[in-house]
Amino acid sequence: MRHLLSIDDLDREAIERILDRAKTFTDVSEREIKKVPALRGRRVLNLFYEASTRTRSSFELAAKSLSADVINFAASGSAVDKGESLKDTVQTLSAYRPDLIVIRTPFVGAAQLVANWTTAGVVNAGDGKHEHPTQALLDVYTLRERLGTLEDKNIWIVGDITHSRVARSCILAFQKMGAKVTVAGPPTLIPRGMEAMCEVAYDLDRLPEADVVYALRMQHERMTDSFVPSLREYAAVYQIDGRRLGARQVLMHPGPVNRGVELSAEVIDSPQAVIGQQVEAGVVVRMAVLYELLTGRSAPKPALTTAVPA
Amino acid sequence: MLDHRPTESADVLIRGAHVLDPRTGMDERLDVLVRNGEIAQIGENLQADVEVIDGGGRHLFPGFVDPHVHLRVPGQEHKEDLESGTRSAAAGGFVAVVAMPNTTPTVDSAPVLRSLREQARREARIPVGFLASITQGLAGEALTEMAELRQCGALGFTDDGKPVHRAGILRKALQYQKLVGGIIALHEEDPTLSGRGVMHEGVVSARLGLAGIPSISESTLIARDAAIAGYEGGRIHIQHLSARESVEAIAEAKSRGVKITCEASPHHLTLTDEAVAEKLDTRLKMNPPLRTEEDRQALIAGLKDGTIDCIATDHAPHAREEKEVPFEQAPMGTTGLETAFAAVYTADILPLALIVEKLSAGAPLMGLPTPEIAVGHAADLVLIDLDAEWEVGAQGYESRSENCCFAGRRLKGKVVTTIAAGGIVFRQRELAAV
Repeated sequence: MRHLLSIDDLDREAIERILDRAKTFTDVSEREIKKVPALRGRRVLNLFYEASTRTRSSFELAAKSLSADVINFAASGSAVDKGESLKDTVQTLSAYRPDLIVIRTPFVGAAQLVANWTTAGVVNAGDGKHEHPTQALLDVYTLRERLGTLEDKNIWIVGDITHSRVARSCILAFQKMGAKVTVAGPPTLIPRGMEAMCEVAYDLDRLPEADVVYALRMQHERMTDSFVPSLREYAAVYQIDGRRLGARQVLMHPGPVNRGVELSAEVIDSPQAVIGQQVEAGVVVRMAVLYELLTGRSAPKPALTTAVPA
Repeated sequence: MLDHRPTESADVLIRGAHVLDPRTGMDERLDVLVRNGEIAQIGENLQADVEVIDGGGRHLFPGFVDPHVHLRVPGQEHKEDLESGTRSAAAGGFVAVVAMPNTTPTVDSAPVLRSLREQARREARIPVGFLASITQGLAGEALTEMAELRQCGALGFTDDGKPVHRAGILRKALQYQKLVGGIIALHEEDPTLSGRGVMHEGVVSARLGLAGIPSISESTLIARDAAIAGYEGGRIHIQHLSARESVEAIAEAKSRGVKITCEASPHHLTLTDEAVAEKLDTRLKMNPPLRTEEDRQALIAGLKDGTIDCIATDHAPHAREEKEVPFEQAPMGTTGLETAFAAVYTADILPLALIVEKLSAGAPLMGLPTPEIAVGHAADLVLIDLDAEWEVGAQGYESRSENCCFAGRRLKGKVVTTIAAGGIVFRQRELAAV
């Protein structure tokens, strides 16, 4: 495997291989010297066109824990602000000979494009509303730790599905692992055509069927586009609170949480919530992804290929 | 009202081609003699002391007419110019094209149109007609000086690229049409429904996380405008139909006697949104977007039953750097002149005679003469080798731009020679065998 652009790049076996390896990395953080030399001498370039705290820092930590060298390239304050195109930026940065580029952009398919323009491996750390595959992997990891297996589990993803790359990657990953996925949210925030991917519900009446409730962040800017009339109304219909969350259900959230909007404070702090475990899993899962992509292949060839628009 | 640079009148004998003219019913192997740019003789075993073009194993059709192209002049010559655009048209077998006014500046005043026509008389390889905009600067607010624009040779009017969003403005344009004549061609799309959509709204856009353009964005505006045209007795032409609901709206309007015609593009007849999912190729991003198989079948059926009047390419060139960006950032549009016939023919969706007919049926809708293979007519002919297979883009394009949605596909049917307005405007390049 050269790139991780979509969960569709992985079959169940590959997901399990990566997550098994992630498990073996858990003890690294427990050591006094939190570092192993697995990727010594490898260069990882973080190229982030969107604000990100936990994804970027966990990729950085993952790379450093494996002894790789990390360069962080934030789009603001760089040549991008001077109008440099994505293609030129990627080709310029490729001249630094990174072994791997971790990229987040607000644009669907951008990671795929970058993969066409560089000889480095590429990890999609979020491309617009399309996918965020490492998030889905760490979610599967967290659920395996909690439930043992995802086979035949009922997983409900609740909230703004339209604008969520997390939802798209999670649907694919959970299904590959044998789970049954339902998305629920306001009809204005579930795109037409979603029913081809999974079950769709517009209310939470059947939520008690769920083994896992995965709440998504409700973005404030959605109000201005009239997707929902008010946060108050959204919370009244879709907030996961103590009444809606059953004692045996597992609660997940990709963060950052809007307390009092998609989740009530009581459930965030409840034993059902695995939100902290998700963050923790982020580092080991990303270590495993870097390991998967960077070992067993030689350093990239210097020749750059110029691709036609793809 | 058509302009092109002076051409040498052809004297050629096209020998032994299968001559097919769906309108006259001619459908047999014949010789066609062109003298002084006119069709002088049609028959068997013709002899003349002129250049002979071997038509053996090839088909001779009346030349194609495209009622919808973007030649990007003035102001966007980095995408296309009159010379390259009409060379591209000639290479696709077109003998006349109609250029859209969404240029920089907009073709919305007599001086702009006059200078454009003058430029076409110097640069255009084949005859070009021009539509002027309905509203000044395509802003959708104030009508252009339609009478003067018509006097200067505008074939009609369109705000193509944008809808005429305000019903009252369209109504006034249709009222004015009673005075000035000329077609009013409409790009139908409700911006409040299209939103920031970049592809067809459906299963594929949901999966990709791309904002969708729903079919009803097009069909609802067609229904509105058909009602206005019916009320005013005006004549409208609907551009680039893409959705099943739109075909139904047109059929309904036609059944009520509304003077409404429409066109469909080769890409909407042969590709669907599934192709977009394959690799998010920005060459497949156009407006209206590629829709579903059901929509594609509705367009094909519409052409067969006459609901859809003609095929138009909506040739929309964009520079490489403009298209070499993420899908959401890329401009809408695909080139299409060089691939129009071959794409439709290869897809095997319509009888050959119907393809040929629909590829020139846009002419009368724009007030232009329909090419015909008959003695005494100006030679507007295209000679095609139906069996020749080629890979789109493998040998480059005549167009200045390379954003062709069929790039990399193998198509059947290659234009060998095009004769437009009596002059030979395209000859297939003969490559030496290696």
